Amino acid sequence: MLETSNHLLSVRNLKIEATSYPPGEPPKRITIVDGVSFDLQRGKVLGLIGESGAGKSTIGLSALAYGRGGAEITGGEVSLNGSDILTLGKGGIRSIRGAKVCYVAQSAAAAFNPAHKLGDQVIEASVKHGLMTKEDARKRALYLFRVLGLPNPETFGDRFPHQVSGGQLQRAMTAMALCSNPELIVFDEPTTALDVTTQIDVLAAIKHAIEETGTAALYITHDLAVVAQISDDMMVLRHGKTVEYGSVQQIIEAPTQDYTRALVNVRQEIRHEAPDQSKPLLKVDNISAQYSNGFKVLHGVSLHLCKGQTLAIVGESGSGKSTLARVITGLLPPSDGKITFEDKPLTPSLKSRPRDDLRRIQLIYQMADTAMNPRQTVRDIIGRPLTFYYGLRGSAKTARVAELLDQIEMGNGFLNRYPAELSGGQKQRVAIARALAAKPELILCDEPTSALDPLVAEGILKLLMKLQEEQQLSYVFITHDIAIVRAIADSVAVMHRGKLVRFGPKSQALSPPFDDYTDLLLKSVPEMEIGWLERVLTTRRMESAGN
Amino acid sequence: MRARDIPITAWIGMAGIVLAVICAIFAPLLAPYSETEVVGAVWQPADQQFFFGLDNLGRDILSRLIYGARTTLFVALAATVISFSLGIMLSFIAAVTGGIVDTVFSRFNDLMMSIPTLIFALVVLAVLPQHLIVLILVMAILDSTRVYRLGRAVALDVAVMEFVEAAKLRGEGTTWIIFREILPNTLSPLLAEFGLRFAFSILFLSTLSFLGLGIQPPTADWGGMVKENKDGIIFGISAALVPGSAIAALAVCVNLVVDWLLKRTSSLKGGRGDA
Amino acid sequence: MSNPPETGTLPGLRFRSRFPLLALILERFLLSLALLLAVSVLIFGGIEALPGDFASTYLGQSATPQAIANIRADLGLDRSVVTRYFEWLGGAVQGDFGTSWASKNSVSEQVGNRLGNSLFLAAFAAIIAVPLAVGLGMLSVHFRNRMPDKIINVISLAAISLPEFFIGYLLILWFAVNFGIATFPATVFDGMGFFDRIKTIALPTATLVLVVLAHMMRMTRAAILSVMSSAYMETAELKGLSAWRAIVKHAAPNALAPIINVVALNLAYLVVGVVVVEVVFVYPGMGQYMVDAVTVRDMPVVQACGLIFAAVYIFLNMLADILAIVANPRLRHPR
Repeated sequence: MLETSNHLLSVRNLKIEATSYPPGEPPKRITIVDGVSFDLQRGKVLGLIGESGAGKSTIGLSALAYGRGGAEITGGEVSLNGSDILTLGKGGIRSIRGAKVCYVAQSAAAAFNPAHKLGDQVIEASVKHGLMTKEDARKRALYLFRVLGLPNPETFGDRFPHQVSGGQLQRAMTAMALCSNPELIVFDEPTTALDVTTQIDVLAAIKHAIEETGTAALYITHDLAVVAQISDDMMVLRHGKTVEYGSVQQIIEAPTQDYTRALVNVRQEIRHEAPDQSKPLLKVDNISAQYSNGFKVLHGVSLHLCKGQTLAIVGESGSGKSTLARVITGLLPPSDGKITFEDKPLTPSLKSRPRDDLRRIQLIYQMADTAMNPRQTVRDIIGRPLTFYYGLRGSAKTARVAELLDQIEMGNGFLNRYPAELSGGQKQRVAIARALAAKPELILCDEPTSALDPLVAEGILKLLMKLQEEQQLSYVFITHDIAIVRAIADSVAVMHRGKLVRFGPKSQALSPPFDDYTDLLLKSVPEMEIGWLERVLTTRRMESAGN
Repeated sequence: MRARDIPITAWIGMAGIVLAVICAIFAPLLAPYSETEVVGAVWQPADQQFFFGLDNLGRDILSRLIYGARTTLFVALAATVISFSLGIMLSFIAAVTGGIVDTVFSRFNDLMMSIPTLIFALVVLAVLPQHLIVLILVMAILDSTRVYRLGRAVALDVAVMEFVEAAKLRGEGTTWIIFREILPNTLSPLLAEFGLRFAFSILFLSTLSFLGLGIQPPTADWGGMVKENKDGIIFGISAALVPGSAIAALAVCVNLVVDWLLKRTSSLKGGRGDA
Repeated sequence: MSNPPETGTLPGLRFRSRFPLLALILERFLLSLALLLAVSVLIFGGIEALPGDFASTYLGQSATPQAIANIRADLGLDRSVVTRYFEWLGGAVQGDFGTSWASKNSVSEQVGNRLGNSLFLAAFAAIIAVPLAVGLGMLSVHFRNRMPDKIINVISLAAISLPEFFIGYLLILWFAVNFGIATFPATVFDGMGFFDRIKTIALPTATLVLVVLAHMMRMTRAAILSVMSSAYMETAELKGLSAWRAIVKHAAPNALAPIINVVALNLAYLVVGVVVVEVVFVYPGMGQYMVDAVTVRDMPVVQACGLIFAAVYIFLNMLADILAIVANPRLRHPR
């Protein structure tokens, strides 16, 4: 096993650089990947894991000798079957791409050509590389559609990309990669854009297809739990360098590096559930809402939140969880039902709401980037609510802004910075400070951590909890991530297709007996445990056999 | 923004514009002769005394060119400023208010734009009295339809951003939202558009004058000067090409600056430099 | 964006859900008709609403009240606006635009001949400009950010800034006066042979080509670039396809729609460019006819020409939109 010739892919000292063009500055040379080495045997799966900017996709594409967006491989070797593909000419590289090494992109919706049928695109590489005849390729595509569990496999290939769902497209892209019988497939976050209940199906299909066809794979993701289900080995990357490289079992059960340990232990419970109180702060009563085109998004939702507590609203995209937040803020007046805040009804529409009611409910957005005016400094952003609600000006305002910056664990060195000069986590902290500046009683958090890397997200959650303790804040926390719900919530609301399917204190809401949807949702969340996927699939099969 | 980051083409453009502005402001001091004075024979060729020669009535072309800069720049600039103020104001109101106001404004704008600008101008100028104010207003109103379309698109792009929603949630009024949240984020593309509209106004005014519907003689204006001297072309007299070149050069200069502004806008957004 | 089935009970909606493409095209067509009707109101009504009395303009300073009244009755201006609008529109639909105030001739007769001349000139220019612009656009993309692309960029930027009449006179001075290899003025007449005709309009055609070429080329370049930078082109590359196949099979079908759109939009622009070029070359077309009429305030001619130019422009814009609809695979193959 130690002989190099046994390795399908052997990467040595890989170095990848790119030139960036920051506006108003001279071009800069940046190193994306620095001295990465690994080996991959036939039929094995190596997981590449890391946060955004870790260089994991760039490494994956180097197996196809491809640099995206001006990235150049400037050093090291990428050997496929013992020969360095980086030294091949254009023709040599082309004969490998799509034949021996194939690629599955994160967004299959963009990666498929909208002008051609799926079937034609799936078989194109196999036929053009002369690996099989058109008829044989069609037969293989049909076989792969079946293996991947696509509906109506006989006619699936006749459809156009826009005619099938996101989960199906991702599977079709996997079929496209498998069609030419490649030795290696690079999966680049294939399930990241999918909802959690769809993700488990696609994940299962990919795993099944890899086992069935015996191909090797590089599986790129930021989700440790996903990698644990699908990989044999795993490499943890950070800032383009290897942090830890070993078997999945070793890394999950006995990580040797601090960074890996932090990743594995992310989102342990931070807050213990507080008891329900008789008098709620916010009461949502039988709320229904629809868009101006008449599309109904919320159907009779009722829930409540007690002072100083966190209500987590969990659901997938399109479940209406963000719409509920918009209804509470008054951005979308409800078509039916009422909302009470501190025993007084809230005016349905934003425009007629008194300024003090607006002040008491603040909203934190998912994308801190777009939630702050790029032409205002941190001082202006945090200072505006102080002037607007409290009439603070001049040095009194600056002093208060500095105090708020202190509360969010940032110094007043940031006073004159623009949002573009802050990191993602810092931006979200400034957004929190802007909300705090109004001295609100309730903060609606709309997925405030889902665009952030796990460790940064962890920091934001801890900050929110600390502020809650100090200032008796109440949160409505909207998320799709069950782990966050477990970590911070006091009560939980589960939403599905505009309806509230479950509501109660965390301990009750997340324990059996479950309704069907909550059951499916909870069982679809990957756990950081080897063999979890098989276990779930086996239970499912048994259940469906029993029915 | 340092001076050496500005490309050479943009410097050329700015130099050309500055030259034209200087001519316009100091015309009486710079011009060797007066605007209407006959100083020699018809179409007298260029020599030491008359740098570009004389025109169809024997007036000094160089002097008329310098005075013409005054008229051409003033009318084009006035029309652009009015069209811009009008278009931006209406488009921002439409974008922020939305609903019926937006629909009515936008449908009417579509209607105005479904007639080619030049044709519309010809129809309107056929009825209206020939007057400088009328000319400026017609140019401004027709051009404001283009400004409206861009202004609305740009404002809508920004108006749907969450920081605008955050301002609404705070309870801010429409004035604050337009002037403090939206406008600062749209300045770059709007500045480029202003340049583009200005270049277009220069060409449009020249075209109207050339067709005899713009500035009326004997006031010098570049498009009109082409019209006055066009008959000389058949005899090989290039007097008409001098003001023609001036129009072209000024329009090129403005476009060079606009091109740089547009590239700068897209690179600030982190977008691609092309397209 | 498919309609939920329960709303498909109305006949219109059922047609729409069964033939979405046809419904969209029909909708676009009806919109154009409505637009044209609104334009006719604008052209006719706008003139009425604007200040300035025709009769007094018509007679000049020496007008006596009696003479003005006579003229008003003569021109039919004493009847209500609405009546005159419907008479005018009814006539226009049947191709009758009334009589010219200046020459007392039938407007339609004059227009008929000249419209043919103008369309011939514009069409001839289009035949040369379209392939040239698309070709140069492709060339520019191929040498993207290298010397040929940069040169094309600077030249086209300059060309956009040149007024039509300047290009026209420059060409006349060089080719007709200095070298004597082209004719000026470009007088065409009935019964002229096809090749003589083409030789006569060589210079105006060249001017028009230069005018639209730069715009069309820059827009083509942008359209192709946006297709080339899309994710499916990367997929094609990672499939190991040859550059040729990637372009022909994957880029072309998607770039076609935006390019067709660019071409149609620029043809509409050509229609307007024709006005100035005709005046420069003394070419007997619609543009020159209209400019002459505006100068003498011959309203029936101005209205007729305005309406016809607007109609051609609206038609070409409609064509651009419909072609874009047809070329969109999402609309051609609904869910």
